[in-house]
Formats: sequence, structure tokens, C-alpha cells
Amino acid sequence: MKLDAKIPEGPMAEKWKNHKFNAKLVNPSNRRKYNVIVVGTGLAGASAAATLAEQGYNVDCFTYSDSPRRAHSIAAQGGINAAKNYPNDGDSVHRLFYDTVKGGDFRSREANVHRLAECSNLIIDHCVAQGIPFAREYGGYLANRSFGGAQVSRTFYARGQTGQQLLIGAYGALCKEIKSGGVKMHTRCEVIDVVVIDGQARGIISRNLVTGELTRHVADAVVLATGGYGNVFFLSTNAMNCNASAAWRVYKKGAAFANPCFTQIHPTCIPVHGEYQSKLTLMSESLRNDGRIWVPKKKGDTRPPAQIPEDERDYYLERKYPSFGNLVPRDLASRNAKVVCDEGRGVGPTGQAVYLDFADAINRLGKEVIEARYGNLFEMYNRITDDDPYETPMMIYPAVHYTMGGLWVDYNLMTTIPGLYALGECNFSDHGANRLGASALMQGLADGYFVIPNTINDYLASTKIEKATTDHEEFVKAETVAKEKLDKLLSINGKRTVDDFHKELGHLLWNNCGMARNEKGLKEALEKIPKIREEFWKDLNVPGSADDLNQALEKANRVADFMEFAELMVKDALERKESCGGHFREESQTEEGEAKRDDENFCYVAAWEFQGLDKEPVLHKEPLEFEEVKLTQRSYK
Amino acid sequence: MSKQINLTLKVWRQSKGEAGRFETYEAKNIDTDASFLEMLDVVNDELTVKGVEPIAFEHDCREGICGCCGALVNGKTHGSHDRTTLCQLHMRHFEDGQELVLEPFRADAFPVLKDLIVDRSGLDEIITEGGYVAVKTGNAPEASTTPIKKEFAEAAMDAAECIGCGACVASCPNGSAMLFTSAKVSQYALLPQGHPERAKRVKAMVSKMDELGFGNCSNEYECAVACPKGIDVKNIARLNREFIKHGFKS
Repeated sequence: MKLDAKIPEGPMAEKWKNHKFNAKLVNPSNRRKYNVIVVGTGLAGASAAATLAEQGYNVDCFTYSDSPRRAHSIAAQGGINAAKNYPNDGDSVHRLFYDTVKGGDFRSREANVHRLAECSNLIIDHCVAQGIPFAREYGGYLANRSFGGAQVSRTFYARGQTGQQLLIGAYGALCKEIKSGGVKMHTRCEVIDVVVIDGQARGIISRNLVTGELTRHVADAVVLATGGYGNVFFLSTNAMNCNASAAWRVYKKGAAFANPCFTQIHPTCIPVHGEYQSKLTLMSESLRNDGRIWVPKKKGDTRPPAQIPEDERDYYLERKYPSFGNLVPRDLASRNAKVVCDEGRGVGPTGQAVYLDFADAINRLGKEVIEARYGNLFEMYNRITDDDPYETPMMIYPAVHYTMGGLWVDYNLMTTIPGLYALGECNFSDHGANRLGASALMQGLADGYFVIPNTINDYLASTKIEKATTDHEEFVKAETVAKEKLDKLLSINGKRTVDDFHKELGHLLWNNCGMARNEKGLKEALEKIPKIREEFWKDLNVPGSADDLNQALEKANRVADFMEFAELMVKDALERKESCGGHFREESQTEEGEAKRDDENFCYVAAWEFQGLDKEPVLHKEPLEFEEVKLTQRSYK
Repeated sequence: MSKQINLTLKVWRQSKGEAGRFETYEAKNIDTDASFLEMLDVVNDELTVKGVEPIAFEHDCREGICGCCGALVNGKTHGSHDRTTLCQLHMRHFEDGQELVLEPFRADAFPVLKDLIVDRSGLDEIITEGGYVAVKTGNAPEASTTPIKKEFAEAAMDAAECIGCGACVASCPNGSAMLFTSAKVSQYALLPQGHPERAKRVKAMVSKMDELGFGNCSNEYECAVACPKGIDVKNIARLNREFIKHGFKS
């Protein structure tokens, strides 16, 4: 396998423009001769499917949900970044690019990040034209707020429901193309496998989740926008159905998987409270604009927060990082929360929580202002915990949120399988080792609305794609393998439920490959994962049948992939003997306990190549070069 | 503080091509801090171990925003709590020993797929008729060129908060999708971007609604009571005005 990132020549700010000009085009009347499959209808998938159809391609779009509008992008709360500089606080495309490269701890590809910053402004223009009700100032102009990792206000938002509004916008664009006939929508259909013919991605096998029917779909290119793999941890902020299956299955067919150990732990989630718990709920990072994070100075101080006087509180982020304060990037905020809890200064019944306190902001601005800014988040917190954050501080703790690793893609967002693309959280490209706030929505929409329509044409116009039908032996083979696996899952008749296994795996990963990792723990996990996997295939219980709506079977099929994927994730973490962003190797830290990068040995993208389940995967390295942003120790002091 | 409670569930079970029936299950030692869906997870785990097929129910984000979940709990969509989706309803609101009846959303336009899961694709079909602004990507003017009065942006956002869960339809005696449709019509009627297609949109969406078997609105207001996002019935009034203004003209 040879990794060619295909980064265009020329100065950073000209690369994307030149690349678009140099890309081969498909003339408008020929576009209808091409079929493209888009898997996933989140921000990246829905925007890609809609835009490709607008261009004239025939698009088949798949989602496992009952409606494209349910994709997990809908849950994003806080906002989307753009370098509009409306607040006149010194923002620019270059600064957004700089902040994102630095925020990612210098483990992303500069050229991709620059393109992302360039597209950001077009996204806002487009979304406003779609009628997305962004927050406005009284003068009628768009409002902004600030987010972690930045010293400017560049985040656009729609109350605490920004993801919802942007997704509904993309879903509207998709509906427009469904109406025009450009997109054929397949709901309640899950991708079971991607079919590769003569080295090119040529279609998919999908399973109708209501009837269980397996069907074959042929195309000239396949676009995956299937999200991240955070649910491998069982407890995460991801929706229950988020999974790694499509990405994992194409990895097994030859697509390189990049940086799987890069997981973002989000600092402001509602803490874990019980064994039955299925899901963690995020409280938007925007809360850190007004909320102050603190713990008692004294260990084991169990007094209610109101009884702890000001001088006995430690506002540890403000103390350690005076220029960014509570708005430090997520990896720093998370790690510091873990540190104070590990010291025994955590609060709440489990001691695994810190306070996010709005008392000062309410005193300064009044309850009404806070209510207008964060009302729905406060309400959500109250519903879940039964506490009123207007009266007493919220309790928060970090949780698995976003995965920066994903399928390796070149500058065109193509994986190492020609004709197979990966967009949004499903690829690895733009966030490095940490993702800054309000940048995931930006990447999803940039990839779907602006990047893929300008790169897929080059492939379609310049590549010989033989005619293929669904009778091809690769389709038959893929369908047979899929069917056998489903039958196997149903036939084990063991004693344990899918969730039971999933929890066991997730727990192991959280403890050994979570917010902090060390060699011993990672090696221990590597020993245990194959055992859990073996047990899974021996003692699983999946009731029901394969030709019916069977949620346990859907879940089992996904968890089976997590059981394999987890091993690669841990291997990657073990291999990377440095700390960077969300990957904190305890052996590699500065005297102050900050992540210590090792640029000499690890300034690369780790891209793994599958060799067979019982064989060691091969590690390929894409060296990262930094022309514009100088490699420096990240400082937010 | 959390405690544990026991409940009796009478659950609607229905498989493909079969008539439905109620089955009774015990939900034991349920933590009152658990969500309603987590309670169902616990029950399902026990059923699975006993070799009984778990209760099928739709759910995904479990944060009250994706709009997947929803069932009738003692006759109320999403349970009886104000402005709450089923995933955000917590067991602390139930009594020890209580009996709960769980049924799928009932409406002509929402056929049952299995147990508590219904087919709500009709709602997508209504949106497909025009619940968007037909703008092609890459054509938009600079975003700040059209100032929008804050009040209008806020009112549009109030309408846009609809999560498409279908509780409005299921709670309406007529099975009407008026609240859902009116929320989308309102969002675009309130914003300048929506104006060029205003007449076409309202006519097409209303006619699709009728075609799909959603009932008419007879001002029962049950929809607004059931809506977990507090979508206001004044959107229905706005839809009616839009329809009268534009629908009868052509």
C-alpha cells in the first residue's frame, strides 16, 4: 500500500483553488450516466447526496434510520465556526486555519485544514440562504459566540440546537433532490458490506431493517459518511445506533484506517450515575462561556457547593491557563478534570465530577440573560438530574464524544480503495489529535457541500470504470458472507445479551484506552479483547429471526465489528509512544503534566493496513509537514 | 436521591402480518434515576435471557432531539410529562407498584411495523413537497446582506424546533399532521428566504398531507399539549392564513 495524500502544489492559500481548476470535469449531460452511492444522511452524507444530485449525478442514498433527519448530527448543540470576522475581533481564514492546526496538536494535514477554513464562510452563506434561523442581533445581523480553543467569537449558532438546524437544512436540500428525482432515498437500510471489483469500489450490500432482505446496489463510486466509532466505549455521547461497521468492513477490504486511537473526550457531560445507564448526555461547550469550573481546594470536602466559601474553591482552569481560562480546548479541560478527581477533589456522590457554576454569571447578567442563552440546556440538565442549575452548580465529567481517527483519505477525500470516499467524522483528516469546538459541523458540511462535488468529478472523468452488474461474483460473494454472519449470530443461542458484551468491552477500553493510557494498561487490553471476542461468538444470545425487524440482531452485527476494531484502536495507542491532543500517554508528559509530543518520531498519520484477523496489521506512515504553522509546544497559558 | 421501584407493564406486541395483543411483564428494581427507555432496556435484557424476543421500540440519540422515540404511556404520547420526549422522561415520576400500558402511536397514517415502532415516513413525504428553500449549493450571497429582525428569527426558530416525532399526529383525534406541517410552513413564512416559494409550498404540503390520509384539524389543541418541543398552535393559524392567502388564488 502506498499512501499518496495528493496535496496540491503551490502556496497554502492557493492550493484548493488550483486543485479545483486542475480537476477533470464531467460535462453536465454526461453526469446523469453516473451512479453514486452515499451512505449516511448526517451533515456530511445529506449535504453530499443533495449536492451531487444538484450537479446531475444519479444518487442512491442510504440510512438505517426511518428518516434522514434522525442522523446523529442532529444532536450537536453549540455551533459552527466560520472565519467571517463579523465581531471585528481579528479573525481571518488564516487564523481559523492556525487555531485548528494548533488545536489538533499538529497531527492534521495542513492543506486539508486550510481548505476547511476557506469553505467555512461559504457554509454560513449557504445555510442562511436555506433559511436556517441562526441567532441574530437586534440589528438583524448574525450573532456569534466563542468556543473552546479560540480567542475570537467565530461560532454561529441556533440556540442550543445548531446541529439540528443545520441537519434539517441539509435534509431539506436532500428532500428537494428526492422530489426532483436526483436522489433515490433508502431509509431503514443498513450497509452490510462494500463491494470492490477489480480494485474499485463498485457498490454495496444493504440490509432492509424491516424485512431483513439483503439487496445489491451497483454504482460508479461509493461515498461513506457513516460517522465515528465512539460507541466502541459503550457509554458515550453518541446516539445508540452509531457504529463503526461500514468503516471497519471497508478496512477489511483494503482501505487504510488512520489514527484509530484519537478519541475526543468532551469535558462537559452529565456524569455517569448507575449500572443501567445506556448513554451519556453532553452539555454544550458554549456553557463554558459563562460557567466557571471549580472543585474544593480540600480533598474529600463533601459540603454542598453553596457552603464552600470562595477562598476554599479552586477554579483550576482559570488558575492554570489564565489567557484561555474556562475556554481551553477540550482535551485540556477533560484531562484537568480527571486530574482533580484523581486527587480526591471530585464532587458528587461518585467523586467523579466537577462543578460548572453559573452563580457569577447570573449575578452579573441576571437570570433572564442566562435563560435566553442556555435555557434549553438547563432544562435538559434538570430533567436528567432533577437538580436546578439556576440554583446550584451543574455537575459535569468528561465523556467519550467524537473520534478524530477514521478512514485514511487523500486530499480528494478518497480512501486507499479507488472510488471509495469517506466524509465527515468517518475520515481522519481535519482535526488531528483533538477537535476544537464547533469544528465537526463545519467539516461535515464542508466535505459534503463543497469538497466532494469538486473532487469526485476528477475520478469519474479520468478513470476507466468497466460496466458491472449486481450479478458479478464479488456481489454474490459479499452477500453470501453477510448472510452467513447473520445466521451465525442467530445460531449461537448462548446466555449473554449483546449489551452485556458491549458493556464489558467498553469498560475495558475506558479504563485502559480512555482519557489516559499507559503501556501496561494497553498491553493488558490487547490480551483481553480477543478473549471477550471469543466469548461473544460462543455465548451470545440473539432472539428472533433474520427476516424480520430485529434490533438485537442489528446491534449484534455492529458489536461484532467493535470487538475487532477495539484491538486496532489499542494497538495504535500502544504504538504511539507520545502524548498529543486526546491521546495522553502517561509516559510522555511535561513536568507540569501537559501532553508531551514527540515530533521527531511521531509527526505522522498512522495508517493501518489489514492483513487478516489473525495477522498483525501493517503500519504505514504518512509524514506530516508543516509549512505555515510552526511546530511548537501547545500553550494556552 | 434515587430509589428502586417495581412496575407492571402491559405492552402492545405485534409482529409482521399478525394482529397485535397486550402482554404483561414485570419491571423489577428499576432505579428512579433511570430514563424510561433505560427501564425498557432492563426489561428487554431480562426477556432476552428468558428467550423471549425483546420489545421493539425506536430510539437513537436519547437526548430528546432526534425524534425517534415515542410511545403511548397510559394513553399519552411520550408519557404524561410536559414538553418531554420518552427518552427524557425519568422513572422518578412513577410510583412503586404502578401499572403502565404501553402502545405504539396510533394514527391511520402511521402503520405499525412492530411492537411500539410505527412508520412515520409520511412526515418526510410532506417535507419533500416543499418544506425547504430550493437553493443550490454555492449560489448564496454573503450571509450578512439580508438582515432579519431578531423577533422574526426567534419566531422562526421556535417553529423550527419541531423534531418530527409524530406525537402531534398520534394525539390528535383526527390523526392530523397540521402542527408538524404548520411548523415548517411558519419557519419559512417568517424568513425572507422562504418567500419566493411561499404560495407553492403551502399548497403542495397541505395537499400531500390530505393525500397521505392525515386527518383535518378541528382545533382540539391536543397536538400542542402533546408536543415535546412546545410547538405553538399559532403556527396552525399561520398556516391557515398562508393557505387562504395563497392557496385559493391560483
